[in-house]
Amino acid sequence: MTLWLVLLGMALVTFALRAAFLLLPPGVELPALFRRALRYVPAAVLTAIWAPEVLVQNEQLPAGAVAIAVAWRWRTTFATIIAGLLALHLFAWLI
Amino acid sequence: MLLGIIPFGVITGVAMVASGIPPLAAMLMSILVFAGASMVASAQLLASSAPALLIVFTTLVINLRFMMYSASLRLHFADAPLGRRLAVAYLTADNVYGLMLARFSEHPEDPGKFDYFLGAGLVVWLAWQAAVLAGVLIGAGVPAAWRLEFAAPLAFVAMTIPLLRDRAMVAAAVAAALVIALSTNMPLKLNILLAAALGIAVGLLFEKKR
Repeated sequence: MTLWLVLLGMALVTFALRAAFLLLPPGVELPALFRRALRYVPAAVLTAIWAPEVLVQNEQLPAGAVAIAVAWRWRTTFATIIAGLLALHLFAWLI
Repeated sequence: MLLGIIPFGVITGVAMVASGIPPLAAMLMSILVFAGASMVASAQLLASSAPALLIVFTTLVINLRFMMYSASLRLHFADAPLGRRLAVAYLTADNVYGLMLARFSEHPEDPGKFDYFLGAGLVVWLAWQAAVLAGVLIGAGVPAAWRLEFAAPLAFVAMTIPLLRDRAMVAAAVAAALVIALSTNMPLKLNILLAAALGIAVGLLFEKKR
């Protein structure tokens, strides 16, 4: 039962977020502070999602550092994932 | 780019089934919610018997970035018919939005914006659903020793780093990471909510006065 409630709630909330500004009538403006705050949402939220898996005291930390370096240099998701996974196994073997 | 979402989709499918969500419900969630990070997080929360309201609220925070995308897409689609705006809303995903921005942010007057978005969105949607389905079917079949679950945070690292183009953006991300580092013992992923809120606040503080 909880599962179905969660599923429905997640679907509604997520669609509402995606549609929010697209359904707003033309001419309606948002508070400036709100628009400025929205700019930082992806960087802050995405970091809050990956940091708990990376900032731990084992091979995940150096593997995460390798992934950040690869993402910085090449900016491709696939290279970042492959490099991070390879580094994870390498550091697990070294440590 | 598709190469990036496929491993992430497979992991999402595996994570949902591994946390006890039945395969059909997992696919239904993938189609209705269509947002990987929130699905992985909610699968973990469901497995730890978190209350439904908290799981939905966590989803809200994790998917808050879609609201920012919708504010930006409004510049391109505000005058489109309702059906098209709803289609754009449903297909909004990190990489679809990224493609749209790369193609049209410098040339907002170019024609074919909706067709471009629809095309990119459908390709990403199909690849994503196929990847999740593969993950759901594989289920526990992936050897745990491969540690593929680490691909999910790596996919988010790959999405975050290109965003860090100015001081305030870096400050927002660093603040979020610091909060996480200092609050790892907080239950039920509440530290994600805290880190997101403080990261946004710090970003605003570091913003240049205009």
